[in-house]
Amino acid sequence: MIEASNVRKNFGARTVVGGVSFSVGKGEVLGFLGPNGAGKSTTMRMITGFLPLSAGKITIGGYDIEENPVEAKQLFGYLPENAPAYQDMTVAGFLDFSASIRRLSGKKKADAIARAVKLCHLENVLQQTIDTLSKGYRHRVGFAQAILHDPPVLILDEPTDGLDPNQKHEMRELIREMSRTKAIIVSTHILEEVEAICTRVIIIDRGKLVFNGTPRELQEKAPYGHRLRLTVCASDDAPVRAMLEKLPQVRKAELLGKQEKTVSLAVYPAGSEKDFVSAVKKALDEHKWEFCELYLEHGRLDEVFRSLTTSDAVEGKEGAA
Amino acid sequence: MRNVLTIIRRELGATFTSPVAYVFLVIFLALSGFFTFMIGGFFLRNEADLSSFFFWFPWLFILLVPAVGMRQWAEERRQGTLELLFTMPVSIPEAVLGKFLAGWIFLGIALVLTCPIVFTVCYLGSPDPGPIATGYTGCFLLAGAYLAISGMTSAFTRNQIVSFITSTVLCLLLVLIGFPPVTNLLLKWGAPAWTLDLSADLSVFYHFTGMQRGVFDLRDIVYFLSLTAFALFVTGSVLKNRRA
Ligand SMILES: Nc1ncnc2c1ncn2[C@@H]1O[C@H](COP(=O)(O)OP(=O)(O)OP(=O)(O)O)[C@@H](O)[C@H]1O
Ligand SMILES: [Mg+2]
Repeated sequence: MIEASNVRKNFGARTVVGGVSFSVGKGEVLGFLGPNGAGKSTTMRMITGFLPLSAGKITIGGYDIEENPVEAKQLFGYLPENAPAYQDMTVAGFLDFSASIRRLSGKKKADAIARAVKLCHLENVLQQTIDTLSKGYRHRVGFAQAILHDPPVLILDEPTDGLDPNQKHEMRELIREMSRTKAIIVSTHILEEVEAICTRVIIIDRGKLVFNGTPRELQEKAPYGHRLRLTVCASDDAPVRAMLEKLPQVRKAELLGKQEKTVSLAVYPAGSEKDFVSAVKKALDEHKWEFCELYLEHGRLDEVFRSLTTSDAVEGKEGAA
Repeated sequence: MRNVLTIIRRELGATFTSPVAYVFLVIFLALSGFFTFMIGGFFLRNEADLSSFFFWFPWLFILLVPAVGMRQWAEERRQGTLELLFTMPVSIPEAVLGKFLAGWIFLGIALVLTCPIVFTVCYLGSPDPGPIATGYTGCFLLAGAYLAISGMTSAFTRNQIVSFITSTVLCLLLVLIGFPPVTNLLLKWGAPAWTLDLSADLSVFYHFTGMQRGVFDLRDIVYFLSLTAFALFVTGSVLKNRRA
């Protein structure tokens, strides 16, 4: 549904997005990750036709966003960063306007509005003007506007920003639910969200694509991959570690913390993870070490994220120039 | 075309839910009455016509129309709704036209509300209806041209004050280049006659004066409409190449 090839954006002499390509099909949720200022919102603004491209090409459902903007724009719903809305309109008035401009009218319009209001739980604020809403509600109004016409493509810039935990959960469910029939792009800074809803992830750093793959593949890039967290009832960690490191399946056992009668360890597998957990457990049982905690930790996305993206604000400027 | 109507409806709705619109109308009506009766010397003229009423509009509108037009795009930029509007299936000409027409309708309503002045004059005497019709047409066209200019300056900036000042200055220039005291001064300084003719041709003042006196000349109408169209065109181009 969405094809972006070699998209670039320069602001003056500064390159903010430097040659990014990707595609999103129906049934996919593409997660957009990257540090602040990486160019995520800028890329989304180009996809949605708000900013002109400096180079490259973007098509939505086959329509080039620069050559057939109106046709392309009919196909998507967009939640811009910070969910802008006409502050002096009521929620009902704003949704009515959004529906009209999407060429909905009569019963169709009423149904579409009712559906979006229900999905975003806006029943209680319909007659309130938008500038009197709380941030979370403003965000929900923006989201309601984006899904109003049930578009085949959704582009959401930080959709869970400012929502309470219940709403975050619901928003993720909603996105997952809708992803079956739509192509969706979401940007986010919440890495668990990526694991929860995305079928594919791209990471942008200083306008360059540094990763494009599944969340699973991303996890596997973690510096340590998976590891076993272990809390053993022992007063000293040295013998436990020595014993574990003798096992062929274990590469390293690391002390994480010492409490009064227990020690916490992280155990890293050597090569394949096959029978790694059971080998560790068997060895502990054999040596009669009691453990009160033992679980497998998956590769930490934030570690991968940190290792793939190094830019901070200052570096970003130099690197992009 | 449907999008234009949708935008007009939204704009008018927003205008009339904000107190600014009513403040504007009150100030407009008060000032037009004040200029006509107090400064224009309506009673001294001893003549039942509206020339002292229409005479002030090029000056009055210089301040009042930019107050309406300054919000148009600056406000959208500031609120971030420009991003919303231009990622909806709306073309730039539709958006520009919709916003412009909404503002023009509002100014039209303001003009209609001055009718008590006309009734007063009719009550006091029997004025010639011709100049009243051309005068109002001229005022409406003038309002459109100023509005398009202030919409244009509004598209350049996210700051309403900057937009207001720039468009006021532009409108003022358009009046002054044909205003007799100014042209006489230029003549005294030795400006060649053809530049004066040209500047008079380009001036709002010259074209408006004709209509105010009841002269119906197609060239005046073409002048106002092309000034408006030009400003709207520039607005569209600025928005198309925006960098925000
Ligand atoms: N209109 C503009 N003019 C100049 N520079 C701009 C403009 N808009 C964005 N930028 C720059 O482009 C870079 C990328 O911005 P962008 O908003 O795309 O970042 P982002 O990835 O969305 O970051 P965040 O996670 O903070 O939302 C930033 O360094 C920003 O300063
Ligand atoms: Mg952003």
